[in-house]
Amino acid sequence: MKTVNAWLPALSAILAILVDYGVGNIDKHMPAKHPYFMYLLVVLLGVFTISALLSYFNLKVKKWIEDRSLFIAVTILFLNIINIVTKKLGLLPVIFFPTLDKILSIIVEDRDFLALCLSSSGKLLFTGYIFGAIGGFATGIAVGFSNSANYWISPLIRILGPIPATAWIPLVLISFPTTFTASAFLIALSVWFPTTVMTSSGIFNVRNAYFEVSSTLGAGKYYQIFMVGVPAAMPHMFIGLFNGTCASFITLMTAEMLGVKNGIGWYINWQKEMMAYANVYAGLIIIAVTFSILITLLFKVRDNVLVWQKGVIKW
Amino acid sequence: MVGKIKVEGVVKRFQQQNAEEVIALSGIDLRIEAGEFVSLIGPSGCGKSTLLRLIAGLNGADEGKLYIDNEEIKKPSYERGLVFQDPMLFPWLSVYDNVAFGLKARNIYKTNHAEVQKFIDLVGLSDFSKSYPHQLSGGMAQRASLARALVNHPKVLLLDEPLGALDAFTRMNMQDELIRIWKERGTTMIMVTHDVDEAIYLSDRVIVMTPRPAKIERCIDVQLARPRARNNPEFLSLRSKILEILHFTGTVTEPNYYL
Ligand SMILES: Nc1ncnc2c1ncn2[C@@H]1O[C@H](COP(=O)(O)OP(=O)(O)OP(=O)(O)O)[C@@H](O)[C@H]1O
Ligand SMILES: [Mg+2]
Repeated sequence: MKTVNAWLPALSAILAILVDYGVGNIDKHMPAKHPYFMYLLVVLLGVFTISALLSYFNLKVKKWIEDRSLFIAVTILFLNIINIVTKKLGLLPVIFFPTLDKILSIIVEDRDFLALCLSSSGKLLFTGYIFGAIGGFATGIAVGFSNSANYWISPLIRILGPIPATAWIPLVLISFPTTFTASAFLIALSVWFPTTVMTSSGIFNVRNAYFEVSSTLGAGKYYQIFMVGVPAAMPHMFIGLFNGTCASFITLMTAEMLGVKNGIGWYINWQKEMMAYANVYAGLIIIAVTFSILITLLFKVRDNVLVWQKGVIKW
Repeated sequence: MVGKIKVEGVVKRFQQQNAEEVIALSGIDLRIEAGEFVSLIGPSGCGKSTLLRLIAGLNGADEGKLYIDNEEIKKPSYERGLVFQDPMLFPWLSVYDNVAFGLKARNIYKTNHAEVQKFIDLVGLSDFSKSYPHQLSGGMAQRASLARALVNHPKVLLLDEPLGALDAFTRMNMQDELIRIWKERGTTMIMVTHDVDEAIYLSDRVIVMTPRPAKIERCIDVQLARPRARNNPEFLSLRSKILEILHFTGTVTEPNYYL
């Protein structure tokens, strides 16, 4: 990939600008207030021109841009093609496939309302996630270390665990006082299951010799649980948390679309019913960005907690 | 001096997968004096590791009893440190935290934390105290695990082929290191080894074990002055005597040259 030019992203942006500027629009679409796609392209052009220039002086920037330049250029080209197919030629049904200008205009002009939706989703997700993760750790550790917890709880996990949290919606919505608590419970449930299973299996898989070593070093029972069993099982716990995070996103969206009357999932569903597809796409973009930020954060936390694993296990 | 070990009529049986019983130890009687350096030697599967695990308290005996300073051994304790053949460092802790583990577990780290660095220096890992176990060579990991056991000041140090994985050169260095620590601390040392030379070089007494029945075949006193020379004729004659007990020589009963 060494030959890939650092200028490719900027060139791709210039091409898209030329197309958007030079080719006439089809008049099937409702025009947006501002040419937002053009704004975006200009910003991209600016960013990638600067980074291409910097790559001559700074090795870090050079490596960064050269690793990604082809991918970024193709992504911009892809946006360019979408722009041609929708705004320029109108090849797709106009109602379902609005222009990029329109979608971006929603994100910009509706930002207050979208932020409100996002924050209420965030609150719900966070509440459920915290309870689910803590509950999952606690149950997993109990099952991993206590025979009687294992005896009583394991079958329960095996029976209840595989049921998707969303399948409980009809029951949960009527048995909780508010839709918020009901949805938070469902999210907690969806995080709890994978976290519990991976935590306990992680603990079962800890080499017994670690416990033996620690007992000859004078560690008591609880010290062994929390200073040997838990850290040794940490890689498994993170896999559980990761699965739980993905499950919680699904549950959040479903809960919002079915019950809760606010949040980004509800927004998408509502706009779909109003046939406002530009808003639906705007919502989807926001979800995609938010969720990928959350997953990235989780990975960052994991990398920090599991520095000792570098070179031991490849993720 | 503390750290006297007494083993009385110990029998240990293991259930194999096919429900057959393996007698890992059949009636072991043994006394090890406080501050003595003893080697256990014998063919693979004769119960050396099992005996160490019983002394450590990781397993219980089926018959007989074990004592440390006339107190019955019932469960593991920091007083009987164990160094496994595999270093078994905690991979999630740095070298420093591995060595500090025992002090922290016993809740005396605050008052004794200077010890940690002292033992890291002692085993020659000063530059690696922040490294994680996977960044160490086999020999370095083994030294770290030795430091981790030593920091607790055990009365008895049980060593299960601690030098088995090392190259000959590092190995000889570590042997001298062990001797130095032993002299300095007066710790009772019980070491399993497959290496006859190592056993003679280090120990006051070499205990030869045989499998089926898993018993102590012979105890050989090594009355050589320290520091010992590995090519000393008495050394060599002891060596062939032990090899003979282990059936590794033909009919040679005398060293094949004379003074
Ligand atoms: N946990 C166990 N379960 C079943 N059998 C065991 C167990 N531990 C040891 N044994 C058996 O006990 C016997 C003695 O084992 P031990 O590990 O003490 O041998 P060893 O003298 O240390 O051998 P080596 O020199 O190869 O390490 C072996 O036959 C082994 O199969
Ligand atoms: Mg062994």
